[in-house]
Amino acid sequence: MKGMIAVYRREIGSYFVSPIAYIVVGLFLLVCGWFFYRILGYFIAQSVTAQMRSMQMGAPPAMDVPGLVIQNFFGIVSTIILFLLPMLTMGIYAEERKRGTMELLMTSPLTEFQIVLGKFFAGLTLFLVMLAPTLIYQVIMSAYAEPGIPWAVLWSGYLGLVLLGAVLVSLGAFISSLTESQIIAGVATFAVFLLLWVLDFGARDSSSTWSDIVGYLSILRHYDDFSRGVIDTTSVIFYVSLASVGVFLTQRSLDSMRWRRA
Amino acid sequence: MIEVDHLSKSYGKNIAVNDISFTVEKGEILGFLGPNGAGKTTTMRILTGYLPATSGSARIAGFDVFEKSMEVRRRIGYLPETPPLYPDMTVHSYLEFVARIKGVPGGDITKRVDRAMEMANLTDRKNELIKRLSRGFKQRVGIAQAIVHNPDVVILDEPTVGLDPKQIIEVRKLIKGLAGEHTIILSTHILPEASQTCDRVVIINRGRIAAVDTPENLTTQLKGSERVQMEVRGEEEPLREAIDQVEGVTKVEIEAIENSDHLKAIIESESGTDLRGKLAAAVISKGLDLFELKAVSLSLEDIFLQLTTEESAPAKEAAVVA
Repeated sequence: MKGMIAVYRREIGSYFVSPIAYIVVGLFLLVCGWFFYRILGYFIAQSVTAQMRSMQMGAPPAMDVPGLVIQNFFGIVSTIILFLLPMLTMGIYAEERKRGTMELLMTSPLTEFQIVLGKFFAGLTLFLVMLAPTLIYQVIMSAYAEPGIPWAVLWSGYLGLVLLGAVLVSLGAFISSLTESQIIAGVATFAVFLLLWVLDFGARDSSSTWSDIVGYLSILRHYDDFSRGVIDTTSVIFYVSLASVGVFLTQRSLDSMRWRRA
Repeated sequence: MIEVDHLSKSYGKNIAVNDISFTVEKGEILGFLGPNGAGKTTTMRILTGYLPATSGSARIAGFDVFEKSMEVRRRIGYLPETPPLYPDMTVHSYLEFVARIKGVPGGDITKRVDRAMEMANLTDRKNELIKRLSRGFKQRVGIAQAIVHNPDVVILDEPTVGLDPKQIIEVRKLIKGLAGEHTIILSTHILPEASQTCDRVVIINRGRIAAVDTPENLTTQLKGSERVQMEVRGEEEPLREAIDQVEGVTKVEIEAIENSDHLKAIIESESGTDLRGKLAAAVISKGLDLFELKAVSLSLEDIFLQLTTEESAPAKEAAVVA
């Protein structure tokens, strides 16, 4: 446990001195902020139109602007992190291998799980740090929203994001452990994430047994429930098991380094 | 302290380490000498538990490096060929991190880090980023890293490579200072280093051990005969006659020195004899001018060449070349 904490602390420290973490977090917040602004503007305009129409037709306005904004916002954020997270995870192991510091970790009295978990939680922590400022958007919106923000949907959406992030971080870390080159790790991770995204897209459009299977395995499909405010235990288990598989594979990958190294 | 027993390691068909055995006593400095690619790094990596051996076993402080890897790792400090440094950390925070992952108890960390920095002469650089340090300082941080948890065994892979002469002397002094308290294995392909720092030398070539002994013993054991070299002005004939007069000479080689009328003679005699006085008298009595007369001792360099060059090449040839 102490070893894991040491690895975790060093990893976190390294994020705060690396320009790439600042770039990714900055870019993420910029893009998120822009999308949030656009989505909010769009639904406000919609609701104004709806209101005017209801005044003319006499039907009551039935638009939950904050709810719609939150739901759409989470949909966009999940796509953004799919594209940005590879940049955070690509160096996790590739850089250690290149610098030779992997040799230090592997000859220290640390188990591979201590290394892997320390690094995984550090990556996840950075993801949380990246996500946290988006809460400000919600707070600002809640100050002006009428009807109020559906907080339950908001928290379940964030839970979904964190779970999705955990899966992506563990997967990205695994891919990073396979190579010494950050670039290769980054590109490969990006390709895999893109594939997940495309598979999900394809599965949504058709309706066959295959698309049902692909749809079930799609990491984005499970996320939809969360962004609608539904916390489904199967989805939680799905994400937690996927993240565990990633962690486990990384441990195997580190172990195999001893045998592969020439 | 360290027992290596018929250790072998192969990568596919390539045999990197071939059936080597040796032991190291507590407090000893053992030098691992061999040309590049001889299997030094592989052997060290096996000892640290970084690589598994193909066959054979190694024990450190009684623990098998493979079966009881964690126990072994707690007891060793290891400096790989490239010091495993995080460039964005300061010297102090880096050493603190290493102390933590090596399992130094929380209360002792500050004390141990300070001690390691003191020993490696890094105290005034403690808050500098590692990436801003020069090569020599980085190497020192690497050594500090290997001793920060006060391990029983310190394994250093080419600790002086890439340093300037002044830094090399400092690092050697540092290593010597560690002996006694720690058992040290260091690898090098530089011979004076082995003869100056180590109590015993293992010469390794192509994955096999060519010799194990103290640097002094290796020198006398392989010398076999005494050698005297002299430089003389004159003709070859009278010189040869003069040398032949002296009793105890077993072999004479005379050659002309290029671009001069001087001759160079190498005279061999039985081990333990010293013919220099008689040779000088004989040469001068023949009316030749004696310019230089000196005993040639086989350096570790010659031994190294003898042991590591093809066996077909005669040993003496290697000595003459040197």
